[in-house]
Amino acid sequence: MSAGAVGGHYAYWVTVFLMVAGLYIVIARGNLVKKLIGLSIFQTSVYLLYIGPGKLIGGTAPIVAAGFGVYSNPLPHVLILTAIVVGVATLALGLALVVRIREAYGTIEEDEILDRDREPRGGE
Amino acid sequence: MTPQVAIVLALVIPAAGAIGIAACHRAPNLRESVTLAAAVGMFVVVLSLVGPVLEGSRPALFLFEALPGIGMAFRVEPLGMLFALVASALWIVNSIYSIGYMRGNKEQHQTRFYVCFALALACTLGIAFAGNLLTLFLFYEGLTLITYPLVTHHGDDEARRGGRTYLGVLLTTSIVFLLTAIVTTWAVAGTLDFAPGGILGDAGLSNAAIGGLLALYMFGIGKAALMPFHRWLPAAMVAPTPVSALLHAVAVVKAGVFAVVKVIVYVFGVERIAGLASVDWLPVVAGFTIVAASVVALRADNLKRRLAYSTVSQLSYVVMAAALLTPLTVVGAVLHIAAHAFGKITLFFAAGAIYTAAHKTEVSQLDGIGHRMPWTLGAFAVGALSMIGLPPAAGFVSKWYMLAGAMAIEHWPAVAVIVVSTLLNAGYFVPIVYRAFLRPPPEGEAHGEAPWPMVVAMVATAALTVAMFFYADVPLALARGVAGG
Amino acid sequence: MIRAQLPALLVVVPLVAAPVIVLARRAALAWALAVAASWASFAIAVALFLQVREAGVVSYAMGSWPPPWGIEYRIDALGAFVLVLVAGTGAVVAPYMKHSVAAEVPGERLYLFYALYMLCLSGLLGIAATGDAFNLFVFLEISSLSTYVLIALGRDRRSLLAAFQYLIMGTIGATFYVIGVGLLYLMTGTLNIADMAARLPAVTETRPVLAALAFVTVGISLKLALFPLHFWLPNAYTYAPSAVTAFLAATATKVSVYVLLRYFFTVFHASPAIAYVPYQDALLALSAIAIVTASLVAVYQPDMKRMLAYSSVAQIGYITLGLAMANQAGLTGSIVHLFNHGITKGALFLLLGGVAMRAGGASFDRLAGLGRAMPLTSFGIVIAGLSLIGIPATAGFVSKWYLVLGAIERGQWWLAALVVGSSLIAVAYVWRFVEAAYLQPPGPASPRPGEAPLALLVPAWLVVGACVWFGLSTSFNVGGAASAAQLLLGAK
Repeated sequence: MSAGAVGGHYAYWVTVFLMVAGLYIVIARGNLVKKLIGLSIFQTSVYLLYIGPGKLIGGTAPIVAAGFGVYSNPLPHVLILTAIVVGVATLALGLALVVRIREAYGTIEEDEILDRDREPRGGE
Repeated sequence: MTPQVAIVLALVIPAAGAIGIAACHRAPNLRESVTLAAAVGMFVVVLSLVGPVLEGSRPALFLFEALPGIGMAFRVEPLGMLFALVASALWIVNSIYSIGYMRGNKEQHQTRFYVCFALALACTLGIAFAGNLLTLFLFYEGLTLITYPLVTHHGDDEARRGGRTYLGVLLTTSIVFLLTAIVTTWAVAGTLDFAPGGILGDAGLSNAAIGGLLALYMFGIGKAALMPFHRWLPAAMVAPTPVSALLHAVAVVKAGVFAVVKVIVYVFGVERIAGLASVDWLPVVAGFTIVAASVVALRADNLKRRLAYSTVSQLSYVVMAAALLTPLTVVGAVLHIAAHAFGKITLFFAAGAIYTAAHKTEVSQLDGIGHRMPWTLGAFAVGALSMIGLPPAAGFVSKWYMLAGAMAIEHWPAVAVIVVSTLLNAGYFVPIVYRAFLRPPPEGEAHGEAPWPMVVAMVATAALTVAMFFYADVPLALARGVAGG
Repeated sequence: MIRAQLPALLVVVPLVAAPVIVLARRAALAWALAVAASWASFAIAVALFLQVREAGVVSYAMGSWPPPWGIEYRIDALGAFVLVLVAGTGAVVAPYMKHSVAAEVPGERLYLFYALYMLCLSGLLGIAATGDAFNLFVFLEISSLSTYVLIALGRDRRSLLAAFQYLIMGTIGATFYVIGVGLLYLMTGTLNIADMAARLPAVTETRPVLAALAFVTVGISLKLALFPLHFWLPNAYTYAPSAVTAFLAATATKVSVYVLLRYFFTVFHASPAIAYVPYQDALLALSAIAIVTASLVAVYQPDMKRMLAYSSVAQIGYITLGLAMANQAGLTGSIVHLFNHGITKGALFLLLGGVAMRAGGASFDRLAGLGRAMPLTSFGIVIAGLSLIGIPATAGFVSKWYLVLGAIERGQWWLAALVVGSSLIAVAYVWRFVEAAYLQPPGPASPRPGEAPLALLVPAWLVVGACVWFGLSTSFNVGGAASAAQLLLGAK
């Protein structure tokens, strides 16, 4: 792997790092809020994945006028705006669930929650 | 009434009867009358088809397309005609018997019993008149399911266990082997319709493939109780005796051997597979079943268990005879479907009568019982004659053809099996008759004959057994129609 | 005029109904609006199905921006088939919800429940209707997010954790999907599915395309509950409100199968990349494992809802098995089982909802003696159970027929044996219900004798009837599936 491959594609390396870090946090951490943070990081990496290739060296915003020839692709930005909204909604929903779980179980650590469910309870 | 209408009525009458029976839940006498009326009606309708079939016509009815290219269709041919005749005639007799038994033993859930019975007969006729493998399979599975409540009638742990074995073996064989066989037939032959001479003719199957397909069918038709898939039959003896009588001596097992003969004659084609080495294993397996089941029957003390294993053995007579693939043995096989039905139902009726009147279930308890229950044991003796294959009982006729056919093709192992098993049959039936009539009864016995409906039914079927010996022309004509194609 | 706008109306009607319901607030009004919107969607879906049958493909350009630059709704034989299933399920479950949900969700939250249900329906319909890959992601998330909330509204507190777990796994799945779409966009320059399919064969650098296929497959498999990515499903189905389970069991995973079919057979069909991946073998193996292990686990569950949830994982295995066979018979079996399993499981969960309402739950100790206490419900469960096993004259048999046929046509006898053999495991777990309901006396936890209310029984029995109807009269389900299969296999 040449230096150009590493250096020239540093955006992709960051993307991959964020992706993997986010996934790791989701899997490895038992605290529900931390899981959500990991999920958010993972989703953010995807934004980079889309936007990065859209930028052309020497490209500008698509302005239809003389002197502006090379455009960076605006479509990924549009897509990512949508994805960000989805991400925000997911995060909000997840946090709301965490609040309710805290009310119902008294804890937000996954292993403690599972323990409390395993204890025999009256009724259902 | 056109034949098509008759076919429809033959299925609709028992189904409608089931609804009527359920509606008369609170009026037992009315309810029983509905059963009898439906049984008589169905028999009359079936009878109306005999004439046309004997003349050579094959009434057919296409209902609707179930899967693309395969429909729900019916087609009456001699084999199905015989099966339908036997089943519908015996439903009448069995209903009379059931009334006596269920009331005599004060059984619970009688309405459920009669409803399931009627629906089981509807399924049986659906099997008899099926025009293609899919229709046959549909009613075959329906019969398994609708007899489950009958087998588990008593609802206790023993019934549940028996029901599990019953359903387990029958569904395993039908879903794993029979369904695979049917789908393969469709993939290979492009049709599932029954045709004289078989439908695999142009399919280009290798001999080994034909042998394999035959194995899938034979082991898939679990109701024929070919070993090792015979365990469901003794397990089903937890059912009340009328259930055992009709379903396991007539409808369910008959559906099995009927399907076996139908598949051999109308799917494979007797001439098509005669002489192929890859089908030689079937007479061997059947022959083994005949002898092994007889040996078990010899050692069984419980009367119903002895009769169950006797059935396993007798069913394989049909399979072996059909598997010998000559016209004479096929005639014998078809005749045996009827002969065994009449004889076995008599035997089961007698067993139930003995239980109802004397509360006895084991052979060793039957000393001298013939003196107190002469009609019952007399009928039993006639049934035993038929099983052994002695005149003047129907079993003699069918065994004659089977033996003659086996000797004609010089299949000495089959001849040996028939001879040995005849001796074994004598070995486990004659002692019962001997004990009953020629030994003194134990002290303090105070029971009498069985309730009169049961006696009437038993005498009727015993009479049919003898009648088939003397007036065998209609069954013989139908059987010849099957063998001739 | 309306006819031309039907594809858009399909999604818009429930979507708009959601905020209207939030404004309406009162539970009865909310329910009535939900029913109206569900029935309207069903009518539109049927109309679209008929249109597609005549015209082949219905194409609609959102906002009149022409494809492939604008977002296109593109409904073909497969899409129309799935639409009818989803909208039909919604139409049947909506009237059912009135009593069932009222018993399980607190009264002051009922209007929110119906609003979310509308969003979920809209999202699922959108997935099947859209022809744009990113738009599909948006609808996927709309339906998923609303599903998470619907599940969390269950009365047991474990529904919260189930919803959270589903949220985590589902979001990862959707994000994987988006990564895959991003890679495809990079390589082809378009987001329109049909256009992508046309451009992919020309792409020579296959590594990003393979990566895209992998990401899309894994992402959708998470949503699909394909083994081993199925862990969210048992908890979600068990603890969600009964009506939600019934609705999801019939729709959510089926729509994900639709997405997988769309990618495998439409987008990647002619691309050289597909030849590099032994996806067929991998999918066959995973499906086989799913079918056997999930069925076996189902046999030992103490709660019937949980048992049926594992059964769903197994049945999804059948669907992906047919997909992996990739011949006409196998694919027909897969698509027809999409429908048949949808109605079978839908019927089972709808009936169990009635039981849950009367007995407070569906564990097997509550089901003892149910045959006497709730005879119609029990009998319905038996019939739907027979469809699950695959007894002839039920819908399940039709699927098994085609799957076995597909296996035989490929000459893979072990596959045929797998399909029929696993049906026996289904007999084992269905028969647990039969024995409990009919052969056991009522226990202390059994409900008092008395059927569920008519509002629950009628929709449930309608679907039970459908299980039998579509087992005998197969022109719609088999015909629709066969046309879809032909279309997918013959594409490009």
